[in-house]
Amino acid sequence: MSAASGSRSRWGLRALGLGYLALLLLAPLVTIFYKTFEHGLAPPLEAITSSDGLHALKLSLLMVAIAVPLNTIFGIGCALLLVRHRRRGSALIDAVINLPFAISPVVIGLSLFLLYGTKGWFGPGLDEAGIKVLFSVPGMVLASIFVSLPFVVRETVPVLQEIGTEQEQAASTLGANAWQTFWRITLPAIRWGVAYGVVLTTARVLGEFGAVSIVSGQISGETETLPLFVEKQFQNFNQAGAFGASVVLALLALTTLLAMNVLKRKEDA
Amino acid sequence: MEAGVATRGAAPRVGLRLPGVGLGLGRGTVVLYLSVIVLLPLAALSGQAFEDGLATFWHQVTSPQALRSLELTIVASLIVVAINAVFGTIIAWLLVRDEFPGKSAVNAVIDLPFALPTIVASLTLITLYGNDSPFDIHLAATQAAVVVALLFVTLPFVVRAVQPLLIEMDREMEEAAASLGASGFTVFRRIIFPNLLPGLAAGVALAFARALGEYGSVLLFAGGLPHTMVSSVFIRQQIESGNEVGAAAVSVVLLAASLLMLAAISLIQRWGSRHERSGGSDLTVMPMSGEDFAAEGGDDERR
Amino acid sequence: MGITVEGACKSFGDFRALDDVSIEVPNGSLTALLGPSGSGKSTLLRAIAGLETLDAGRVMIEDEDVSKKPTQKREVGFVFQHYAAFKHMTVFENVGFGLKIRKWDKAKITTRVHELLRLVQLDGLADRYPSQLSGGQRQRMALARALAVEPQVLLLDEPFGALDAKVRKDLRAWLRNLHDEMHVTTIFVTHDQEEAMDVAGQLVVMNEGRVEQAGSASDLYDHPANEFVMSFVGEVNRLGDHFVRPHDMAVSLDYDEGTEQAMVQRIVALGFEVRVEFVLADGTDVWAQLTRAELQKLELRQGQIVYLRPGQARSFSGEEPPDGDGASTSRGSSSGGDDAEVSAAA
Repeated sequence: MSAASGSRSRWGLRALGLGYLALLLLAPLVTIFYKTFEHGLAPPLEAITSSDGLHALKLSLLMVAIAVPLNTIFGIGCALLLVRHRRRGSALIDAVINLPFAISPVVIGLSLFLLYGTKGWFGPGLDEAGIKVLFSVPGMVLASIFVSLPFVVRETVPVLQEIGTEQEQAASTLGANAWQTFWRITLPAIRWGVAYGVVLTTARVLGEFGAVSIVSGQISGETETLPLFVEKQFQNFNQAGAFGASVVLALLALTTLLAMNVLKRKEDA
Repeated sequence: MEAGVATRGAAPRVGLRLPGVGLGLGRGTVVLYLSVIVLLPLAALSGQAFEDGLATFWHQVTSPQALRSLELTIVASLIVVAINAVFGTIIAWLLVRDEFPGKSAVNAVIDLPFALPTIVASLTLITLYGNDSPFDIHLAATQAAVVVALLFVTLPFVVRAVQPLLIEMDREMEEAAASLGASGFTVFRRIIFPNLLPGLAAGVALAFARALGEYGSVLLFAGGLPHTMVSSVFIRQQIESGNEVGAAAVSVVLLAASLLMLAAISLIQRWGSRHERSGGSDLTVMPMSGEDFAAEGGDDERR
Repeated sequence: MGITVEGACKSFGDFRALDDVSIEVPNGSLTALLGPSGSGKSTLLRAIAGLETLDAGRVMIEDEDVSKKPTQKREVGFVFQHYAAFKHMTVFENVGFGLKIRKWDKAKITTRVHELLRLVQLDGLADRYPSQLSGGQRQRMALARALAVEPQVLLLDEPFGALDAKVRKDLRAWLRNLHDEMHVTTIFVTHDQEEAMDVAGQLVVMNEGRVEQAGSASDLYDHPANEFVMSFVGEVNRLGDHFVRPHDMAVSLDYDEGTEQAMVQRIVALGFEVRVEFVLADGTDVWAQLTRAELQKLELRQGQIVYLRPGQARSFSGEEPPDGDGASTSRGSSSGGDDAEVSAAA
């Protein structure tokens, strides 16, 4: 559409679109910060530095520290598999990887519960071996991995497709073996896609609520991540605590957005 | 959404083996990982849902509250994706074709629902539009609350699905249409929109799947009253009260819906790339924030 | 009559795409806008179509000032380098698009579309999609689509630029024939001098947003207005201040007054013609174009010393371009530079 797009329709569209965004996205974002510090710095600070609060933060970070590297390694390996070694079953693998996008976190939590619970498939066996999965860190890790599984794969696949195999073939002719080729040629080429996927994975793990709430039993001070902490505080009418923790999560979210933006630009370059 | 250029990145003919992904080992590891993390739990879910037989399954799924929550969930999700289909397209349009101060900030903020924990979203929504609402809008524990919460979490899906298509769109098609006499609106209707449709449809399908299963953002805001309870909250409730079979049964219904949506997305992408020369690869592209891919070409063209 | 552009100016930020450009295109003619990348030729074409708005100046089509008219109303047919095919529509729907939005009835559309498809030799492919066609076919479809609404003017923006050499040549001839049949005022943009000379009756040479010269192919070739035109339209050798066409270089084995000594560097046989590269005593590289017969007669070998006489050298130095800064009207001959006949050939 060249030249003049009706200026009135342009402003109408802007009002509609940006107005919607302001109402839906901006207002909540502003609210978090406002509400948190409404009564000063002290209440939220107190809540977040309470032992439960700190523990929740640490637990959330622990989830990230375990789930993200695992999913990253899996993600890169899987992407390589899907793009460079396509076989008949690849479409199926691709489909399974997409599942976490579409399944409710509650369903995910429940399925883990039914697999590892006392009445579950693995339950009795684990009981006997003295391994505690549910209501304990391992279960929460499994839930975190499940929900954040697809991101690194999904972001790496298109990059791999786009760079093609020529560089890798060139390296091969120059004598590089498989690992050298991967490390020196492939990985640097896909690094921004991978980084972007890592950021998305991290955000997802930090923000996970539904699945982890079922699997962990939400035991304060033990199996409560930061999002679960937020809910518990709210249920206990401790607004300051809920918002204090929310601010931390919101700040992490904004950092994520920033990182996403920076990386997106690097990826497009 | 087009998938990548099919000819590039295809399996190399001879010799190139990549580490750990030599055919036997790599494939096996990937399958193992997926099985342990994803497939086994889902299998356990399905198994337990039918543990007490088909009749019990059916009974659980058709209990009044189960049906009520399912109905609410589906209707709300439909309303939400319809609204966001429109607004999401408008916003994508503004981000691609318009210039205004703060555009890149707005572009970044679109992803907020992706990045923000759902429970925090719920908390802020109830603060804004709940009992103590500064705007005097009181939506807490109403069905409208469900809609608003779902609008929040599903907006990015549509925007990010439509955006790449708009970016990639051949402007010359629009110029050609204009030179043939088409007005602005006609150009949108006959040229732009049909080319956006695959992306929009996929974005809508994914948004719908997400809306069906959404939990955290709805939990605090809409609460757990019988008439504002969505299926995910219902399932949670059943777990709490020890009715695991019931929870599993309804979960299986949601799972089936999710699988259906994923299949739909795959089909939509196939349909959407039917006019592309390369035909696209069969790896799906999820609407994450913006990738665009190379276009096709005729076979007597200079390269 | 035809198309007139007066004083067109257009800038993109700091970049001056069009700098006071004026041209006149006669009704029913086939004109080429020729120039290197960035010369403004595409911008000018798009300005005529209304796809760009001018900062200053005006566009007249058939004596009507259309400068303020949007593209939709200008009745111009436009053909793009990359076809701009409506990829979600069949060939039939593409070609019929303009008619459909003019609310023609179905039967008439069908007749007209098939008529055009026959004209561009694409009948039988009406139900295909553009992605199923070759590049050449897509471009023919684009042409049919533009012609369907019977435009006053046909504008083509590097129409063959994306195609293979052979296909390009075929379509060139085909376009010329089409124009002979249809007589629509046609302007096409190209950076390929040979294409322009082959197809168009009139050429407008542009450079850096200005018109360097306008005229027929032989006008431009034989009487170039300046150095740019001379070296852009045809090959040149530069000897100090003077410019000589390679086929104007006389090669002889004997010294004579007015000739320059040169050594044969390389002899390349290119089909009918032969290109012989020399180096002069002062190190300048020149080349001459000879026929096979001439080559055989001279029996040239690499390293041989010969004597060159430039048949007709031109110099443009110390001269202001005849018509001020760039604007020159087409129509008939141009004012050329100094044709210095170096010496009367023996």
